[in-house]
Amino acid sequence: MTASIAVPLVAPLLELRGVSVSFDGFWALNDLNLSLAPGELRAVIGPNGAGKTTFLDVITGKVRPTKGDVVFRGRSLLGIAEHRIARLGIGRKFQTPRVYQNLSPRRNLELAVKGSHSPFNLLLGSLDSRQRQRVQELLAVVGLEAHASRRAGSLSHGQKQWLEIAMLLAQDPYVLLVDEPVAGLSEEETERTGALLRSLAGDHTVLVIEHDMDFIRELDCPVTVLHEGHVLCEGTMETVQSDPRVIEVYLGVEDDV
Amino acid sequence: MAKLRTWLPWLLLVAAALILPAILPPFRLNLLGRFLSLGIVALGIDLIWGFTGMLSLGQGIFFALGGYAIGMHLQLLSLAPGELPEFFGLYGVKQLPVFWQPFQSFVFTGLCVWVLPALVAGVLGYLVFRNRIKGVYFSILTQAALLVFFNFFNGQQKLINGTNGLKTDTARIFGELVGSDAMQRNLFWLTVVFVMAAWLLCRWLTRGRFGDALIAIRDDEPRLRFTGYNPTAYKTLVFAIAGAMAGVSGALYTVQSGIVSPQYMAVPFSIEMVIWVAVGGRGTLIGAVLGAVLINYAKSLVSEQLPETWLFIQGGLFLLVVTALPDGLVGWWRQGGPRHIKAMVGWPALAPTYPGLDLDPAAQAERQAFRSDLPPGGAP
Repeated sequence: MTASIAVPLVAPLLELRGVSVSFDGFWALNDLNLSLAPGELRAVIGPNGAGKTTFLDVITGKVRPTKGDVVFRGRSLLGIAEHRIARLGIGRKFQTPRVYQNLSPRRNLELAVKGSHSPFNLLLGSLDSRQRQRVQELLAVVGLEAHASRRAGSLSHGQKQWLEIAMLLAQDPYVLLVDEPVAGLSEEETERTGALLRSLAGDHTVLVIEHDMDFIRELDCPVTVLHEGHVLCEGTMETVQSDPRVIEVYLGVEDDV
Repeated sequence: MAKLRTWLPWLLLVAAALILPAILPPFRLNLLGRFLSLGIVALGIDLIWGFTGMLSLGQGIFFALGGYAIGMHLQLLSLAPGELPEFFGLYGVKQLPVFWQPFQSFVFTGLCVWVLPALVAGVLGYLVFRNRIKGVYFSILTQAALLVFFNFFNGQQKLINGTNGLKTDTARIFGELVGSDAMQRNLFWLTVVFVMAAWLLCRWLTRGRFGDALIAIRDDEPRLRFTGYNPTAYKTLVFAIAGAMAGVSGALYTVQSGIVSPQYMAVPFSIEMVIWVAVGGRGTLIGAVLGAVLINYAKSLVSEQLPETWLFIQGGLFLLVVTALPDGLVGWWRQGGPRHIKAMVGWPALAPTYPGLDLDPAAQAERQAFRSDLPPGGAP
């Protein structure tokens, strides 16, 4: 089975149109165009400084593009606050696992689970049975049932990565932006993470940023290569790897190619 | 049993509140009441600092606002019709300023004591949090706001008697002097009730998911934002609540001290409030109250004997907490501090045993067999 770039038969779920970001004259993103179809799994690679994290910052509202537009389900995301973008259905996992260290995994998930996030609701309301069940399910999915009441700070690195992915799932977003999900994971954990991400695609649109080439190969999905803030090329892992430009800027320095 | 464990501390507290007025001399009782009322402002600081991670050095603003509200009411309370509070005469003021008028009403004053500080805190907080000012910048900003209020109140002789403040102990409530022993005893009880209520409020706020959200803001605010929460709303709300608590605290402190003055907004006093919480244990509610009462009681006892040493002791305490007890006294206690001390003086706690193994006949038989296998005297 080989993956191919989805021909946009359906309207894209998320689209970046000519996005440029300038930090005091340095162009972190430069006329970036990218679109994600609903249910797609996409990997984004690129050498250090290619603008991968800035690219996520733009989508999630942390950085406002200097030029261009970000369109999600037909509406522009420009000028919308981060928490509202998150509520629209864009979830983000950070590069280093960011879980609330002083809360238990269960409480981490209870904060993230989809529902009203207003202070009054949290004070006066309580989780309904559907939400509780969802939390329990997710604990099982990421294998943290036995550790549900421990301090999350005492979990292993891999468990934290998984907890953060579970928090992302608890939000039930349309789009999951996953930044380096397998950094620091063991081989087995990496494999399980790959399987989990592949199983999520279809119901969710998943965008994975990774450095680990084997992992991307395992994902078996279209790959977008970023370089100096714009898309260098797109295609399957094989096409991308054989592209001379890619080899020059990025893969050429890797030993395994 | 579990029920008893829940209720016992409360029963002891109520018993103490009933017995203490009988055994403590009025002067000491009054001191205890005052320091307990400071426990309420400390609880508020614990809420915003210990749980939400916002170090405010300006809680004196809200504390003094509550104090002034009750002070103005008491100034007006025992006046004959047409009479003005005495100090107005000194500055040639012939008519009661407009904003004093509503303080003739007890209901208005009762609301003002907490609603006004909550509003000021809410507005100030909203402007600060909306602009994502946090950390040390937030602390500096609150201290600057405190100085603004301090200087403003100091300069308003014609409105609120400026530096001299407003005296409350000569006013009468229900025909009883506020400064009298009987009234002070009632105020002590009132303070105990308010401290318990404030503690329960904070516990309710911090126990559930709302409390988790506060901790999440403290530990990783951007993460919470990307989960779809608006931290500004949470921070504003919790800062306003802490402001309201400071107001109530200031009002109770004022009626038991007999005066409210701009000194309540002095910079060192607001810093001291933070020290109480740090020493007691931030993030532990009971620690905030204990810190406020213990430090202030120690301060008054030490100051009676060796007035010039207190500041050194207070500084030393703060250094001790920062360097050795980051979670304060209560945090240290909960993490098994006393056990460590015992171990240090050569009386370590017994290591846990495995009663499951010791009582299991099969395991014991195996052990016996293992022992008899060893050559006599050859056991290492």
